[in-house]
Amino acid sequence: MLKFILSRLLTFLPTFFGVTLISFAFIRLLPGDPITVLAGERGISAERHAELMTEFGFDQPMLIQYWDYLKGVVQGDLGQSLVTKKPVWDEFFTLFPATLELSICAIIFAVALGLPAGVIAAVNRGKFFDRLLMSSALVGYSMPIFWWALLLIIAFSGWLGWTPVSGRISLMYYFDSGTGFMLIDSLRSGQDGAFWSAVHHLILPTIVLGTIPLAVIARQTRSAMLEVLSEDYIRTARAKGLAPFRVNGVHALRNALIPVITVIGLSVGTLLAGAILTETIFSWPGIGKWMVDSIFRRDYPVVQGGLLLIAVMVMIVNLIVDMLYGFINPKIRKR
Amino acid sequence: MPLLEIRNLSVDFATSSGQFRAVDGIDLSVDKGELLAIVGESGSGKSVSMLAMMGLLPWTATITADVMSFDGHDLRALGPRQRRRIVGKDMAMIFQEPMSSLNPCFTTGFQIKEALRLHLGLDRKARHRRAVELFEMVGIPAPEDRLKVFPHQMSGGMNQRVMIAMAIACGPKLLIADEPTTALDVTIQAQILDLLTGLQRDSGMALILITHDMGVVAETAERVSVQYAGQKVEEQKVADLFETPHHPYTAALLAALPERATSRHLPTIPGVVPGQFDRPRGCLFSPRCKFADDRCKAEPPAPAGSGLGLARCHYPLNARSEVSA
Repeated sequence: MLKFILSRLLTFLPTFFGVTLISFAFIRLLPGDPITVLAGERGISAERHAELMTEFGFDQPMLIQYWDYLKGVVQGDLGQSLVTKKPVWDEFFTLFPATLELSICAIIFAVALGLPAGVIAAVNRGKFFDRLLMSSALVGYSMPIFWWALLLIIAFSGWLGWTPVSGRISLMYYFDSGTGFMLIDSLRSGQDGAFWSAVHHLILPTIVLGTIPLAVIARQTRSAMLEVLSEDYIRTARAKGLAPFRVNGVHALRNALIPVITVIGLSVGTLLAGAILTETIFSWPGIGKWMVDSIFRRDYPVVQGGLLLIAVMVMIVNLIVDMLYGFINPKIRKR
Repeated sequence: MPLLEIRNLSVDFATSSGQFRAVDGIDLSVDKGELLAIVGESGSGKSVSMLAMMGLLPWTATITADVMSFDGHDLRALGPRQRRRIVGKDMAMIFQEPMSSLNPCFTTGFQIKEALRLHLGLDRKARHRRAVELFEMVGIPAPEDRLKVFPHQMSGGMNQRVMIAMAIACGPKLLIADEPTTALDVTIQAQILDLLTGLQRDSGMALILITHDMGVVAETAERVSVQYAGQKVEEQKVADLFETPHHPYTAALLAALPERATSRHLPTIPGVVPGQFDRPRGCLFSPRCKFADDRCKAEPPAPAGSGLGLARCHYPLNARSEVSA
């Protein structure tokens, strides 16, 4: 197992350096530069601009700049934000728990509903429930996420008044963020109602962020189950006299999980990176919003470092998924 | 009273191109402890009729029968829940492909103990003891270790032994073996057949052996039912069938046995079993029968008397009473 993990980590290296190169190049391809953006609407004189460019080292040839950046990265130094002057590393880990918390909730929501829905649809193939489920999955998958978010806010926050519109917790509560996870911190604070307020604030963002993964997981589970249900060993399980729940839920589902785990892994990756819209709509202080702001500010070190760290997170999730394969299906296990 | 009695069983499948009749009016009866062989080419409805009885066909299948009784139960009247109490306990089945018939995600031990818990309600220790005992019965060496392995870590022959152990786990009264040796090496085939017939003799269970191998039939069975295109075309005691086949199809199958070949080239039956779209109007075997005439092509034959092996033929072979036309 250790050997497997190490060999996988080795394959991460090219990806890792590829990401540094791409993030470095792309942000510089955008018109404008950090100095101009920092100067704001009043503008800045050409001499002062050139002076500052030299000060930050942006006048150097690209290769030299990249080399300097790489030297920092391999030493664990991602640089500091041009705007806030705080290390990128610190900013990331202040904001990342918020994104992680939301992503975990969204994926739990998507799996908890999508898996059973896919199984039930496959077992009732072609019947009403299957059609209803698959057409709603298609709607969920194709719906613009911001529009869906607005609909939910209108319905649940506007008309019904059940859920808050934005933020992570009610302003009534204040406590130091220990872990950065609001659910844990609010529990630890011991303040009455703080935890429920945090849960309350999570509901809509979770649904919005989880909708697309939910649709994908439901569809993938259904198609994987349909394939597995026609296998010989399912007939064997039924020939034993096992109840349908056990045949479908144990014998079939375990085999159908491989492709499902794959899409769950891919979803987690995109959730971590792509909660941008959801975070913006719900004013969720996560890394998605942070990245967008940094791009607008041409905050080179933040964009580079942020993209790199997100890529690393996605690679770690992929590694976990690969390890899960062998755990679920021993046939795939490395011998 | 026979252990299993089926009268006029038909199975239709709803396909996108209309109804397809896979089994067409089959009669079958098996006594306690008897070994019946069902023979026929691929597509002759052998497996489907047995799967219908086990309740293992997909929902696209429509099953009709005048009588379908097993051990005093009317299988047609049983609900799914009641049927599951019989299936896997009193009536068990093993299949053609041992490698794909076991679930790749679970150990063999898990898969065999599952049935023991469900039907016999044994506790953990008793289940383990019984599983080891069963593995020993079917000749699996080092049973304790083999309970912990996954199907892909064993050979096809071993997997088929596991399947057999699973099938006999709850002491069935009837075991249906659906071409149990087709996917195995020739040397292993003989071992598995010996194992099955041995178990049948020792435990007194009835055994239905589905095969397309006449050689296997000759060695093992007591009575043979020959099926063709979903119909039973002949049924006799093994010795009589080999001696005096009455249906031309049976005769042709026997002629295709290597031991019986008289020329250098093995005789074959030209053509294939008719499918959904080329089903003949008259006798189903008529397009391939060398004795067929216009009557055979126009008019489906009814089964002849038991003296003629119930042969579904207008002109049964080896008929002493009448001269074949």
